[in-house]
Amino acid sequence: MKITVKGLRASFGDHEVVKGIDLAIPSRQITAIIGPSGCGKSTFLRCLNRMHELVPGASRAGQVLLDDTDVYADDVDPVLVRRWVGMVFQKPNPFPSMSIKDNVVAGLRLTHRYDRKDAPGVIERALRQAALWDEVKDKLNDPGTSLSGGQQQRLCIARALAVNPDVILLDEPCSALDPIATARIEELLLEIRRDYTMVIVTHNMGQAQRVAEHTAFFLQGELVEFDTTAALFGQPRDSRTADYIAGRFG
Amino acid sequence: MSDETATMAAPAVGRAALHTPTRGRAARWYERLIELGLAGCGMTSIVVTIGIVVILAHESKDFFAHVGLGEFLGSTKWTPIIGDHHSYGVWPLLSATLTTAAIALAVAIPLGLLAAIYLSEYAAPRTRKIIKPALELLAGVPTIVFGYFAITTLTPALRDYIPGLSGGNLLSAGLMMGVMIVPLVASLSEDAIYAVPQSLREAAAGLGGGAFEAIRKVIVPSAWSGIAAAITLAASRAIGETMIVAIAAGNEARFGFDPRQPGQTATAYIVDISKGETPHGSVAYQTIFAVAAMLFVMTLIMNVISHRLSRRLRAAARA
Repeated sequence: MKITVKGLRASFGDHEVVKGIDLAIPSRQITAIIGPSGCGKSTFLRCLNRMHELVPGASRAGQVLLDDTDVYADDVDPVLVRRWVGMVFQKPNPFPSMSIKDNVVAGLRLTHRYDRKDAPGVIERALRQAALWDEVKDKLNDPGTSLSGGQQQRLCIARALAVNPDVILLDEPCSALDPIATARIEELLLEIRRDYTMVIVTHNMGQAQRVAEHTAFFLQGELVEFDTTAALFGQPRDSRTADYIAGRFG
Repeated sequence: MSDETATMAAPAVGRAALHTPTRGRAARWYERLIELGLAGCGMTSIVVTIGIVVILAHESKDFFAHVGLGEFLGSTKWTPIIGDHHSYGVWPLLSATLTTAAIALAVAIPLGLLAAIYLSEYAAPRTRKIIKPALELLAGVPTIVFGYFAITTLTPALRDYIPGLSGGNLLSAGLMMGVMIVPLVASLSEDAIYAVPQSLREAAAGLGGGAFEAIRKVIVPSAWSGIAAAITLAASRAIGETMIVAIAAGNEARFGFDPRQPGQTATAYIVDISKGETPHGSVAYQTIFAVAAMLFVMTLIMNVISHRLSRRLRAAARA
């Protein structure tokens, strides 16, 4: 197991949105989290790399173990956690002040690991992994924001990969993209899934079935069911899961 | 069928409402009058600006017919009223203006920018509530107060550390002007930094960037066009500032960039010459307009740059 979550609760002020979740996320696989809006899946995801606490008024209880280290232990620096657990967001957010290639190495620059000699290799490798190299190799100095939405999101994936994380969290990475751009991203996730542990939050049940080995179904801040994707969609054990995947609510 | 009657009936009710006696002809005239009044207020600044440009152009045309642009921009001697042979080289005024403005910006840009970063990225909401109004209070202090402070307090204090500092000098005036401009730089930069989308802060955090690294490498560069607009506006403030330099800079039109020496900025010269002894229509009188025209062009360039930068910022914010 790469990540083990024990009794995780998370709130914004008095409003508890994650209500005690236990979940073990397997290494070097894709795990999907599905559920209707407001079920706490994004907040859960943001607890895994301590992004949740950046929101004013946010609080949390419970444990998140990365390998065997509790990322919420007193002596753990949240900034270091995020170096190992990267994130890709719902809306593509390349840095507007940077070129394509500077966006890729932005994480290295931010963490003082940038090396001018290694940079071209890092840039090419990350862009190839993100299936963007062929489209941008002749315009690496153009602004990152000059790309299309789908390309921007792949650039953000390349940016996350360039810092060599163990885990990549993806928060509805395709919800702002058209079906063709979405297919591209899904394809690339399948290609790199043996190298990284990935957790993807998605609204799209088809996407979970296409990319994820395991799927967790969240409802109102609770984990209803966690299983292999085939089992969860094939023979759901809980009637609420069955109702949700059949489209009877949500 | 019932739907159709509903849509037929609705406009009829609307038309009846338009003809109620309270919204009659008088009411419409009233609205029109308000609109005209407001348009008039909007036009005032344009009319005044055009008036200034016309007068400046007219009066300085006479000056340049007499003196010539070559001497004005080519000579470093400015003696429009002293002695028998008058010189009209603007460089002494320009050198003092540029020196004091540069000193002011050297103070105001770092202080203002760091204050803006603190306010938008670090300060707790309560601290922000105290510091921002305090900063804006500084902007409301009349510049004559800064001027007197410079000559009565700052210059004597600096004299203990800087040998050869003249009683009136460019340094004190520039430093004081810098303090005066800090709120402008801080307030506009803070707006620009505050407007950087939260998603970029999250992206930087998600890559494992520390708070200060994210500010330095992502947030400030993203806000850069707004910050640059603040700086150019500050520069035009510094070039145009009058009272501090008229009081504290020494009022001697001498060419040079040594901040310990006295000098006379373009604005201070205008104050000096327009006190009333200069005969109307003389060349000395016309110098006022020539110098003012030069100042106008300088601040106009600054404002155009600032305007372009902030427009680019707004375009970037929309993207």
